[in-house]
Amino acid sequence: MNTLLKIIKYQLHDLLRGKWVLVYTAVFFVLTDGLFRFGGDSDQVSLSLMNIVLFVIPLVSIVFGTMFFYNSREFIELLLSQPISRAALFLGLYLGLSLPLSAVFLVGVGVPFIYHAGFLGGAYWILLLAGTSLTCVFTGIAFLIAVHYEQRVKGIGVAIVLWLLLAILYDGIIMFILFALEEYPLEKLTLILSMLNPIDLGRILILLQFDIAALMGYTGALFTKFYGNHIGTVIALLTLGIWCAAPVWLGFRAFLKKDF
Amino acid sequence: MRVTAAIALIIIGFSNLYGNSVHVGSQYSLGTVSEGISKTKSGDTLIVHEGTFLERNLSISHKLTLIGIGQPIIDGGQIGEILRVVADSVTIEGFTFIGSGLSHLDENAAVLFEEAHFGAIRNCTFLDNYFAIYISKSSHCLIENNIIRGDAKTESRSGNAIHLWYCKEIIIMGNHISGHRDGIYLEFVENCEVMDNKSSENLRYGLHFMFSNHNQYHDNQFYNNGAGVAVMYSRHVDMRDNLFADNWGSAAYGLLLKDIYDSTLINNRFSKNTIGLYSEASNRVQIEGNDFVSNGWAVKIMANSMDNIFTGNNFISNTFDIATNSRQNFNSFNQNYWSRYRGYDLDKDGIGDVPFRPVKLFSLMIERNEPALMLMRSIFVELLDLAESYIPILTPATLIDEQPRMRLNS
Amino acid sequence: MIEISGLAKRFGTHEVLKSLDASILANKITAIVGHNGSGKTTLIKCLLGLDQYEAGTIRINDYQLTADWNYRAQIGYMSQIARFPENLSAREVITMISDLRQGSPTQATELIQYFHLDDEMDKPLKTLSGGTRQKVNAVVSFMFNPDLLILDEPTAGLDPISSSSLKDRILSEKEQGKTIVITSHIMSEIQELADTILYLLDGKIFFDGPVDVLIKQTGEKNLERAMAKLMS
Repeated sequence: MNTLLKIIKYQLHDLLRGKWVLVYTAVFFVLTDGLFRFGGDSDQVSLSLMNIVLFVIPLVSIVFGTMFFYNSREFIELLLSQPISRAALFLGLYLGLSLPLSAVFLVGVGVPFIYHAGFLGGAYWILLLAGTSLTCVFTGIAFLIAVHYEQRVKGIGVAIVLWLLLAILYDGIIMFILFALEEYPLEKLTLILSMLNPIDLGRILILLQFDIAALMGYTGALFTKFYGNHIGTVIALLTLGIWCAAPVWLGFRAFLKKDF
Repeated sequence: MRVTAAIALIIIGFSNLYGNSVHVGSQYSLGTVSEGISKTKSGDTLIVHEGTFLERNLSISHKLTLIGIGQPIIDGGQIGEILRVVADSVTIEGFTFIGSGLSHLDENAAVLFEEAHFGAIRNCTFLDNYFAIYISKSSHCLIENNIIRGDAKTESRSGNAIHLWYCKEIIIMGNHISGHRDGIYLEFVENCEVMDNKSSENLRYGLHFMFSNHNQYHDNQFYNNGAGVAVMYSRHVDMRDNLFADNWGSAAYGLLLKDIYDSTLINNRFSKNTIGLYSEASNRVQIEGNDFVSNGWAVKIMANSMDNIFTGNNFISNTFDIATNSRQNFNSFNQNYWSRYRGYDLDKDGIGDVPFRPVKLFSLMIERNEPALMLMRSIFVELLDLAESYIPILTPATLIDEQPRMRLNS
Repeated sequence: MIEISGLAKRFGTHEVLKSLDASILANKITAIVGHNGSGKTTLIKCLLGLDQYEAGTIRINDYQLTADWNYRAQIGYMSQIARFPENLSAREVITMISDLRQGSPTQATELIQYFHLDDEMDKPLKTLSGGTRQKVNAVVSFMFNPDLLILDEPTAGLDPISSSSLKDRILSEKEQGKTIVITSHIMSEIQELADTILYLLDGKIFFDGPVDVLIKQTGEKNLERAMAKLMS
């Protein structure tokens, strides 16, 4: 077993002791189960879950991720004086958090869904994909922040502000732009803007799976056409991939150069 | 088959009481329907036996009962019209009509009634016709239990399945219609009843009528049509127990009401349409007991619609319940059930203690700026809607259900 | 053993090490001294690769430090404050590090006995006192029997008995041919342990030589007084 896997193993070990992960699983499980029990069909449950996924996952991933990194300072410093590569250590830390968080989400949401609906529909796969991607994206951003800011309070503050920006303010800014430029054709612009924020990208990919696509009129038609064909799907997945990889890569670069 | 034959024999027996029977078919001396028609006199019965007849431009000008035994096929070969009826009391039953010809000059129909009263078209099948049944300036006719399937690809190259023009007292019931431009088209038609039909997969409208007052439409199913159902410029329309479903598209709706006055829309179901009910310049319509389920917009009501009453309806899981284009509202909403309603009922009278505002700010915004749809269901928009629902600034202040029901209206 | 030349390190605009040259002899105990903020810990962290430096080279046993991390297998590092994952027990930390390092902690059992840690090994580290944690820290640094020991304020927080046990251990390690680098604020301790002194001032070496030479040069009776004279 190589160093990377060993580090992931010890991270998991540490996470499971913290009980946080169990609470996180339970929340998803109870929510999904509850939505079914309160009489929703799988489409309604997926739509309700979508809001939770797009709201909770980025927040938990980014806040928990930064806290986790700061709390691992001792572990990191201990290991850095050992003959272990920084690259393996950083990737081990990242995967040691993003993988269990993703798994927890998949289990917490997936199990009750299979139990109640008996299947996983197309829309649901996209929901799971979006949730997993957002977990990876925001854990990566969290690590980037934590590597960058030495002070824990400052780091967590930056994380929360960034979450606010991406989860809420970004859409406000888009709305402002759309109304400020009302006179111009904006469909292409909206397409680009939808990719610059992983939360928006996730939301639109999920919504396109529902019949709501048809409701979107010309804009919806454009989105359906773009994301519906192979190139669009590839571009969307690629963009999500870049969103997952970019913060991790930047954090990785900073981590290699960081003084401890 | 045996049963059909027996019934046919009985009918033939009866018709013999009133006139002579003339037979057409490979076993008989008359080999074509046109010969057969020419051999009949008023009040006779023409019996056409199983087989395919490549004939067109047939014409019936006297009282006649036309009966097909074993579903004979009359194939017009995609040229001209097939059968024209210009006399009263003509009954057509048990035929398959194929291929009235596409034309940009003539509205070629498989069966045309022209100033023909007291007629009937029953149990026939119409395949790949330009127009299938065309009734013009006629009254007291029955169009019953026919199957009409077209192969329409574009609106300009297809006609309507059942087309009525200046008619009165016609009953259209139990027909299954698909694949035409409009399923049922009525213009200048009065006192008609359209019931128990299924009209689906038509290019444009499942049902389309204009300038047609005092008609009733009930127990029909209109689904999966290009643009849904459009009813325009009519008064005293009664629509009950119909289904309007699965009309998705940027210009699709379950039901369009345009310039409709003094009408009733009761106990219908609107499900999974881009827009369930679209009301434009329609006044004094009673909209009661309908279910609006899983539509994009359950109801879009333009500001030029007035004095419409929405009561006892159920609005369930629609993306938007009500949208409008104005801050003014001249319609009333009362005692509807709204699945989005989050109020409470302390006195347990089944009516929420807090009024419900069904118009969302976001629906107004996309009305003005469609690309804003990309923000649908975003947290920012939810927050905006929440704020607006407490302090309405842009949404119509009087569009409000003062007595929202806590439970589904049955 | 260790050759340092032209080592420069800054934090932002603050230059901590200014083109520092020094050598640390094998089989000796070298003490790095200097007042607070003089760059002692930074120098140690540069040796360990914990801090990255802008200029200069460090050679350990003729191996020039790069991003490669394998050389740390010869080093045992005891940090100023014991830093461990809080939820783990001392035994788990030892198992984990042995596992990650793929070495066998040959001295571990003996060290645990030496520092009387047997009863503390299975408690979560966050419940242990600072001194006990520091002893665990010592076990972890010594247990692989490395050639080079780097000890940053090793006796800080230890009671007098533990402190003298540790000092005895350091001396016996030297007897076995280890090279030891140590920092401390306690001059008597350095006088007791060190062969050579590296005195850092403003990011440069101010004095580099045997302890007795320094005392003799200043004409003072002990290291503490000698240092005080040097600094004034």
